[in-house]
This record gives sequence, C-alpha cells and structure tokens, in this order.
Amino acid sequence: MIEIERVTKSYGDRRVVDSLSLTVGPGELCVLLGSSGCGKSTTLKMINRLIPTDSGLIRVGGEDVTLVPAEALRRRIGYAIQSIGLFPHWTVEDNIATVPRLLKWREARVRDRVGELLELFRLDPPSYRSKYPHQLSGGEQQRVGVARALAADPELLLMDEPFAAVDPITRDALQAELAHIHRATEKTIVFVTHDIEEALRLATVIAIMDRGRILQLGTPLDILEHPVNDFVRDFVGHQGLGLKLLSVRRIADRLRRGETAVGEPLALDASLGEALSAMTVRHTDRLPVSDAEGRKIGVIALGDLVR
Amino acid sequence: MIRGSRLLGSPVLWVGLLFAALLLRMDVLRPVLQRAFPGVEPVIYNRDSFPALFLSQFGLVAVASLAASLVGVTLAVFVTRPAGRDFRAMVNALATVGQAFPPAAVLAIAVPMVGFGAWPTMIALFLYSLLPITENAVAGLEGVPQGVREAAEGMGLSAWQRLLDVDLPLAGPVILAGVRVSVTIAIGTATIGSTVGALTLGTPIFDGLVANKLPFVLEGAVLVALFAILTDLLFAGLERWLRRSAG
Repeated sequence: MIEIERVTKSYGDRRVVDSLSLTVGPGELCVLLGSSGCGKSTTLKMINRLIPTDSGLIRVGGEDVTLVPAEALRRRIGYAIQSIGLFPHWTVEDNIATVPRLLKWREARVRDRVGELLELFRLDPPSYRSKYPHQLSGGEQQRVGVARALAADPELLLMDEPFAAVDPITRDALQAELAHIHRATEKTIVFVTHDIEEALRLATVIAIMDRGRILQLGTPLDILEHPVNDFVRDFVGHQGLGLKLLSVRRIADRLRRGETAVGEPLALDASLGEALSAMTVRHTDRLPVSDAEGRKIGVIALGDLVR
Repeated sequence: MIRGSRLLGSPVLWVGLLFAALLLRMDVLRPVLQRAFPGVEPVIYNRDSFPALFLSQFGLVAVASLAASLVGVTLAVFVTRPAGRDFRAMVNALATVGQAFPPAAVLAIAVPMVGFGAWPTMIALFLYSLLPITENAVAGLEGVPQGVREAAEGMGLSAWQRLLDVDLPLAGPVILAGVRVSVTIAIGTATIGSTVGALTLGTPIFDGLVANKLPFVLEGAVLVALFAILTDLLFAGLERWLRRSAG
C-alpha cells in the first residue's frame, strides 16, 4: 500500500513532479505511463527516497518514508531498473542474496531462497548459482535482476522500465513471467514504462502522466474506453484501438457456460485477443474454454468478441 | 605438469632469477668486466653491498608509493562522493603541480628543509606518484557503471558498503594500473636520491660517474632496470588476477 499526497519536485525552475497524488492499494500492479520527461521515474524514485521530495508526503504501509532510515526503507522495497545493475564481480547467487544478507538472514535460508527464486524464473539452480553476470544473456540478466529485487520478499516492488532494453521476444516472455509472479505473490508493484502495450498487458491500474501530473487513473479498459481528454486518447492511440480493447478484455466475461466445441481449449483468463488469434489460425468461429483445473466449462464464439 | 610448465615459461621467474643472481653474486662477472675495462680497479662496486642498496631503495619506493596510494585513493574517493564533487578540479590541479615539478627540483628544495638522507627522496617520489595514482583512481571510480551504483543504492547498501563492496572492487584493476605505472617510474626516479644521500642502486651510478668508473654505472643501471622490469611484471600478474576475480 502506497499513498502519495501532493508531492512536488523541481529541478531549478522546472517542475518535474507537480503536486501529484496517487494511492496504490495492496496487490495492485500500478503502471506509471507516459513519454520521457513526464516525471514517472522521478515519482518512482521518490518512493524509495533515491530522490528527495520538495514537498508533500509519501507513505508506504502507512508509514511516512522520511521517518524511516533510507537504507532500512530500501531493504523493504524491491527495486529493478532498465540497466539491471547486476554486480559484475559477484555470482548470480551473491547478487540475488544481496538484500537477504544485508538483513542478516542465516546462510542456509539465503541459499534456499536463492534456489527458490531461480526456479521461479526457470533458471536451473545448480548451473546458474555460480555463474557471473557476463555469462548470461540479456533476458537471463534481467530475470536475475528481478529475482534480486524479490529476494527478501519485499512488501513493495518498484520497477523502472525493466524490460525496455531487451529484444521483443524476451520482453514478451519476461512480461508473462511478471504477470504470473504478480498473480502468484500478490505483491504491490509500481511499474514505470512508456510502452502502452506493456501497460495494458500488465497493469491492474494505469496512471497516465504528463508534465508531472496524472492525467487519468483507471483500469486498462477504462483508459481505452473512456479517455478523459485528447492527450490520453492520442497517447493510447486511435490505431488498433479495437485490438487493444480485445487484449485487455478477458474470455471469462463473454463465456457461454455449458456449451461445447471441439479443439484444444483456451484458458478462462486469456484475453479476447488471444481468442481471436486462435480462431484465425484454426479457421473456426467457436472454441472451447477450460478453467484453471483444465475442465472444459464453456465456449467462446466469434460474435462474442464484438458484443 | 601444466602449472609447472607455465611457471617455467613465465618471464617473472627468469627476470627474478637473473636479478637475484646479479644482486647476490655480481662478483662472478669480475673476469668479464676486468677484460672489458682494463685498468679499472676495483671493477665491482664495493662501498656498499648491492643487496643493502636494493633493500634501501625498495624501502624508499615502497613507503613513498604506499603513502601516495593511500592519499591518492582517499582523495579520489572523496572527490567522487557527492560531498567532495566540488573539490574535484582543485585536487586535480594540486596533483598536476606535484607531477609538473621535476623530482630533481623537489630534491633541491627539500634538502635545505629536511636535510640530507632518505627524506627528500621520499617527498619527491611521493609527490611524483600522486598524480597517476589519483587520476587513475578517479577514472576507475567514475567508470563503475551508473546502473550498478543505482541498483546498489536502491537495494539499501549504505555509503560504506557501496564503497567497499561495489565501487572499490570494480575500480580495483584501474586503480592498480595507476599504482603500477607510478611504482615503475618511482624505481627509476629514486636513483637520483643518491645525489642527496639516500642509499639506492643509483649510488654506484653516481659514484661511477664522479670517479669515472664506467663498470659501476653499468652495474647500478642493470640492477635498477631489472628491478623495475620485475616489479612491472609482478604488478601485471596481480592486475590480471584482479581483473579475473572482478568478473
């Protein structure tokens, strides 16, 4: 839980963050979305006090962040950045263990936790533990970077364009993993990006920012369907709006329960976009849908997508 | 076996053996030198023993370089922290002045102040070493990737932990390169300390020049050169090891 109240930050005459207020509830994945220079990264870095505020109040878990020693605060908050910043002279294990060791965890517990995280990111623990960062691919490095941010089981995770520097295929995989981890751990996450597709895919709530202010705060669907002004409408883009809408709506909302169809079933929490894609590839207008346990529970039809 | 053959192929071993042999048993060259320089007597420098001269010079260089390294790295750490950033230009200017003063001039100025002996040489070597060490240390510390520093701070490492666990290990190879250059130069420069009463391998060189005894000059020069080469090779090895462990 983060509460930001009327926070302002200026560099000289330039107001980078202008009396910004934002509350992120527990378990939310809040994306700060905007073009470069809109103040999104500055806002993020004021949460863990890498940048001091000029005025206003920020609370994490109900506690005023300026009343906690900065180092203690940061050890409670995971932090992952675009340049990753793995320590090149430390092994993967030592990198991931950074914060647990700062918190003086017992070494056996540290080892277990590192193994657990490597497995979560599908990096085989025996072979990856003792590797050095330069022996990893860009995607693997970023996985280790996010694992390191999660290592001490922080109450909050801050991510500053973490996937902006990797290739599109790796980015897609990393986004899927983050979505999975967010669902599995229910961590509160603040995620900065300039990529609208990434925001629509990951966010439970999006804050669109411009010139240090939040223009609109809402769910991805809200923002696509009801942009508050032309700036937001331009930013989310007219082009392919329909496809973007399909990508944020879930099959679950349009399911025809009880009906049956042939073929490999789609997951209930898949997007309508994925349903359209599967129908196009399989030359069909009806596909079965299964729940989390894999039971076929209904059908999605082509007409349902545009209802 | 592989280790053994690598050791045999290492120049450190051969240069080291040659240096040690000449240092301890220069007298085996007496027949050769007597033939080359007929009429010069004695043909081997004998006012001090070579090992004693070497140890004295080694001590001078070691103390001066160690002091310059401590001061230089400390200054570099200071000017690369937020609190010291404003002093960067000043520190750089001071170190440059130290480097620009010829060591011979420093000796001339230092002798009236601290007297003859080891001290003036020590001061000259210290000042002369400060610039390469400080500059390399600043470059090394500034070369630590911004992302690594940001991550370290963002994860909650304290300023000390960032310095000791991240900045210094990553800057280590570059800092060491500066120390290596300055030590190698200091070994050569230290010899002129013999003109103001410091005992170094330069003593036979200057005695030889004054008394017109060329063999003394040769003996001192060869030993100083081997000393410098050996030191440089050892530092090169240390640097390689440090780079490997820095990943």
